[in-house]
Amino acid sequence: MNSFIDLNLGLARPEIFLAIAALALLVIGVSLGDRHTRIVAWASVASLVVAIVLAITDSADGLAFHGLFVADDFARFAKVLSFGAAALAIIMSLDYAEREGMARFELPLLMLLASLGMALMISANDLISLYVGLELQSLALYVVAAIRRDTVKSTEAGLKYFVLGALSSGMLLYGSSLIYGFTGSTSFSVLAASLSGEASLGLIVGIAFLCAGLAFKVSAVPFHMWTPDVYEGAPTPITAFFAAAPKVAAITLFARVLVGPFGDLVAQWQQIIIFISVASMILGAVAAIGQKNIKRLMAYSSIGNVGYALVGLASGTQEGVSGLLIYMSIYVVMTIGAFAVILAMRRRGEAVEQISDLAGLSRTQPGLAAALAIFMFSMAGIPPFAGFFGKWFVFLAAIQAGLNVVAVIGVLASVVSAFYYIRIIKVMFFDEPAEAFDRVTPTLRLVLIGTVFVISFGFIAGAPFFDLSDSAASVLFAE
Amino acid sequence: MSGSMPILSLTTFLPLLGAALILILKGDAGAVARNARYIALWTSLITFAVSLVIWFQFDRSVVGFQFVEKMEWLPLLDINYHMGIDGISMTFVLLSTLLTPICILASWESIEKRVKEYMIAFLGLETMMVGTFCALDFVAFYIFFEAVLIPMYLIIGIWGGPRRVYSAVKFFLYTLTGSVLMLLAILAMYTIAGTTDIPTLMGYSFDPAIQNWLWLALFASFAVKVPMWPVHTWLPDAHVEAPTAGSVILAGVLLKMGAYGFLRFSIPMLPEASAYFTPLVYAMSVVAVIYTSLIALAQEDMKKLIAYSSVAHMGFVTAGIFSMTQQGLEGALFQMLSHGVVSGALFLCVGVIYDRLHTREIARYGGLVHRMPKYAVVFMIFTMASVGLPGTSGFIGEFLVMVGVFKDNTWVALLIATGVILGAAYMLWLYRRIIFGELVKEDLKTMLDLSLREKVIFAPLLLLVFWMGIYPISFTSIFGPTVTDFIQDYGPRMEAVAGDPAATTQ
Repeated sequence: MNSFIDLNLGLARPEIFLAIAALALLVIGVSLGDRHTRIVAWASVASLVVAIVLAITDSADGLAFHGLFVADDFARFAKVLSFGAAALAIIMSLDYAEREGMARFELPLLMLLASLGMALMISANDLISLYVGLELQSLALYVVAAIRRDTVKSTEAGLKYFVLGALSSGMLLYGSSLIYGFTGSTSFSVLAASLSGEASLGLIVGIAFLCAGLAFKVSAVPFHMWTPDVYEGAPTPITAFFAAAPKVAAITLFARVLVGPFGDLVAQWQQIIIFISVASMILGAVAAIGQKNIKRLMAYSSIGNVGYALVGLASGTQEGVSGLLIYMSIYVVMTIGAFAVILAMRRRGEAVEQISDLAGLSRTQPGLAAALAIFMFSMAGIPPFAGFFGKWFVFLAAIQAGLNVVAVIGVLASVVSAFYYIRIIKVMFFDEPAEAFDRVTPTLRLVLIGTVFVISFGFIAGAPFFDLSDSAASVLFAE
Repeated sequence: MSGSMPILSLTTFLPLLGAALILILKGDAGAVARNARYIALWTSLITFAVSLVIWFQFDRSVVGFQFVEKMEWLPLLDINYHMGIDGISMTFVLLSTLLTPICILASWESIEKRVKEYMIAFLGLETMMVGTFCALDFVAFYIFFEAVLIPMYLIIGIWGGPRRVYSAVKFFLYTLTGSVLMLLAILAMYTIAGTTDIPTLMGYSFDPAIQNWLWLALFASFAVKVPMWPVHTWLPDAHVEAPTAGSVILAGVLLKMGAYGFLRFSIPMLPEASAYFTPLVYAMSVVAVIYTSLIALAQEDMKKLIAYSSVAHMGFVTAGIFSMTQQGLEGALFQMLSHGVVSGALFLCVGVIYDRLHTREIARYGGLVHRMPKYAVVFMIFTMASVGLPGTSGFIGEFLVMVGVFKDNTWVALLIATGVILGAAYMLWLYRRIIFGELVKEDLKTMLDLSLREKVIFAPLLLLVFWMGIYPISFTSIFGPTVTDFIQDYGPRMEAVAGDPAATTQ
């Protein structure tokens, strides 16, 4: 009985609630059947909302499950963000799933389980719990990518994601085993206490493998190859989900692992992060130029955006991690918004996804065009939209850390990427109109209004949010 | 002195209110277009009226910032919403608020499609322009400065000519490239000095070793915006393709943002680096004046010709600024105002005949004086002002700049003076080809002279050209004391560097 109390289960209330909710909804879903998918979906959304509330209201910090799990401000910040993104993705998938005949109750459930995996990743305080959380998330995502098992593209996306994901998990495990072998522990707390400036070669190799595995999950160059294919192949709301929530979880995990246990080895891993960050920014900018499919374009855009966020991590400072959190939060809102527009790209009931389909949208559906234009300007980093502030914080951290060259490459890459962002605006505003899209569904409209509002006016009252991310980041640098 | 009314914020954000009103217009397309036009016109007129309060309440004897407003914005970073104007920025605020209603009137009939969006873009643009000149926080400045790209990109791209997409994208990317480098400079300054407050930074001494890098980063942005040779190539394209009103704003106000940047940031914050790079600026200014004047001589397109003349005139401005003499700086400021009015008016003159014949090719015109005498007079006056005829605004600016530059460097003054001669050549030749000669072309024989609306547009600009030319003290008294103080503050620091042989390239 004593050992049960030692587990400190109270700290993991959001996760425990999500696990129970997912299992209960599974039973309900099976007994109700596919016709009542909407109920299961809204219940999943409600569960995520409750999990958010639980995460916000619970301010106790500490370790649970004998040190495998940590609850702190950093974890809460990231959890709220990924739960929110997941909830929005489920809401956006509702209409789409029904229209495309993929309305199965498993879909929201799997997304719920993936969210649980994300929460565990975010709160991982041990290489083992890191891996368990990561796999729970990944396995759910593999299935979700292939949810339209009757189409070639979706199954291809799922399979590709699975094979490459398994490879990266292998690398991650190999790295973990090297770290364990050379230090004798898997616990972040123990590693943080025992490691200092000097590191053995084996440990460095272990960290490099760990970084490779995590870079795959955030789709950073050179482990990005799966992204465009999976983004294009997966059903659009699933792509929206992939682009937002798991990225937040993986990148915050990345930050926790590197800054926490290996914080004193910053000189060892900094070069790796600088490389993947710079490479992602450049590839994300250049490779997107030739894309004709808007989902592929968003894939390259997300690779580039992850590169920018990693600039914050590369600086290895509290300001940097705070910048990373701010960048990812803004990125999530922009991405959800942009995908809401992509989901609204339907003609006579058929989804279209070529950039040329957007031609003249400003005349047929001015609101939709204005919304996408705002997201594109924001992604290009044009003030006063929120995306500018994300870039401001990460590049400020880079300059404060003396990474001037990284900052210069980064801003120049952002100019290159601005080219394809404003090309989309050009297609919508300057070109002759194509046939109009179908009416935007009320749920999508709601998501759009919310995201446009945040992106356009967020800067007026951003101060409390920046304070929040700063205090969340300070947790990792507490000692 | 400014009372309790936040007059600068009011001037800045009033246009946005009008834009919001236009945004919610609904109903029949014709009615929406008409209402949008009227709302835009009234909003910009009211904004101008409000900005006149600045003109009258501005204390000309005071050096330093007036009408200051300060509000906490991002306390974590110590970034504030800080607005204020001094003698340098005050006139630009008025120039922006004056040109906007004129532009809206000029677009009254020529813009037929998507009037609602057009007016929203223009009012948004006005907010950004006024904000740029009022902002006293570097971040706020950057936001306004950069946000200008959004409406301007749309104005060129949607309502522009045949090659509008190419021009819009070129304009956007050129300016953005410069601006992001400026962003890095802001970040670096913030890292070093711990603030983005402009008055504080103006008094801060940066390490000379880092100054040169910061200066170059700022220069990248401002040189593109001015634009200085060789990064001016976006300007002719943008001007040619933009609708008339877009060209007016581009030439009248947006180009001034670059020169304003030199005066507000480069020289006060980085005086040592500014002294170090003065020869570079001189060289680029001289090339701009002579080279683009020669290019202007060869143009077949009216708008392109005036666009190149803008580059040449802005060459005067940059040379005047970096001469760091009382006359040079006052001349540069005066020239900017004069150029804002005159080149804006010249683009409007082109717009008048473009609206009638829908071509900008010089060869398609000729002999207009027979059909359009009033137009010929108006065009003549602005041509003379552009050439720098005494009695018009152009003369004062160019003359003061040359005096100022002569005091600092006689060779530069000599070379720049050739620009006046070349300017007379291309402008008078343009005028001759369009206005004089026999009226032989059939389609010109039915051209109508200026309408009432067009007369209303030109009247205030004509008034200003003569007012500035005949009684310039109304304007020089605004920036004179500030310029004197400016030279006292930063001149010695620049001279200290210029006197050191190791630090100059001469």
